Amino acid sequence: MSPSRGSRELRKFWVVLIVLAFLTPLGIYLPKLLQGGSAWGEWGVEEVEKMIGYAPRGMKRLAELWKAPMPDYALPGQEGAPASRLSVSYILSALLGIVACGGGAWLLGRWLAGKKKRRS
Amino acid sequence: MHIPDGYLGPPTYLAGFAACAPLWAIAARKLKETLDARRTPLLAISAAFTFLVMMFNIPLPGGSTGHAVGGVLIAIVVGPWGAMLSVSIALVIQALLFGDGGITAIGANCFNIAFVMPFTGYYAYRLLSKALSGGKGRAIAAGIGGYVGLNIAAFTTALMFGIQPILHTGTDGRALYAPYPLSVAVHAMMIEHLVLFGVAEALVTGLAVFHLENSRSAWVLRASAEETRR
Repeated sequence: MSPSRGSRELRKFWVVLIVLAFLTPLGIYLPKLLQGGSAWGEWGVEEVEKMIGYAPRGMKRLAELWKAPMPDYALPGQEGAPASRLSVSYILSALLGIVACGGGAWLLGRWLAGKKKRRS
Repeated sequence: MHIPDGYLGPPTYLAGFAACAPLWAIAARKLKETLDARRTPLLAISAAFTFLVMMFNIPLPGGSTGHAVGGVLIAIVVGPWGAMLSVSIALVIQALLFGDGGITAIGANCFNIAFVMPFTGYYAYRLLSKALSGGKGRAIAAGIGGYVGLNIAAFTTALMFGIQPILHTGTDGRALYAPYPLSVAVHAMMIEHLVLFGVAEALVTGLAVFHLENSRSAWVLRASAEETRR
């Protein structure tokens, strides 16, 4: 593998990721279409209350610990918006996720790989 | 499979962090020793890839939803320790920014999804690819590895849910955290992962490996095998 060919192929992977990001609204529409509901064990406290008749005390307390800025991949203030608008949120979240995860892992990897070079 | 805040009591979620801390340290040391600077971008691509795959919710009609993870595919490409780090990064971002998985449960979720899944699936793949040769054989081995990895991770997640009523039930008989007993949690989690989400994981893993094996990017799969053999 020549380095230039390698980097061209890596570019191909990034393009695939961007394409995947634009397809993520499928992850909203398919469950809606087939009435998927919440994932098992990922219900909100109100949902649990409906299912078992009470809200577990510890669960209620811990669930309020952290307010994510974009809950359920919706832009702030867009939770509960119609699916069409949620799709836009979803795509933006996906792109943000690529930047955040890719950036984070890239920095970590460069730091780890760099350390090896200095040592040898 | 992302455990939210409030489902695990402190002993369990602290144990999750306690288990992951040394694993993250070992992963960092392993990568320091073996990571080729040219392969660093693959780590970044892997973290972004698993983040995206987990956004594709698959409905179990009328019941619940779930998703594939891509953890075993990532382990095949960057090694299981590389998968531990890149999947952990995605899980941390999901918890902090998007409220997908709790922040108290980051340790537990990383243990299940970033450690148990890539390792069990990867070694299943390695074992099987000894018997199944050629590109097609390795793709099948990878698909089975994905299925195995996701299901074992679903099982350890179900155990964490299921032990909560044993550990934390109030004097009034009410659960303090996750309310369902072990038998219910294991049944519910395993049926949906064995029947549907595991199959999705197998397809993602198998098809990706099949495609990579037959493309000019096959080197992506090779070098990591050499790295881990060393």
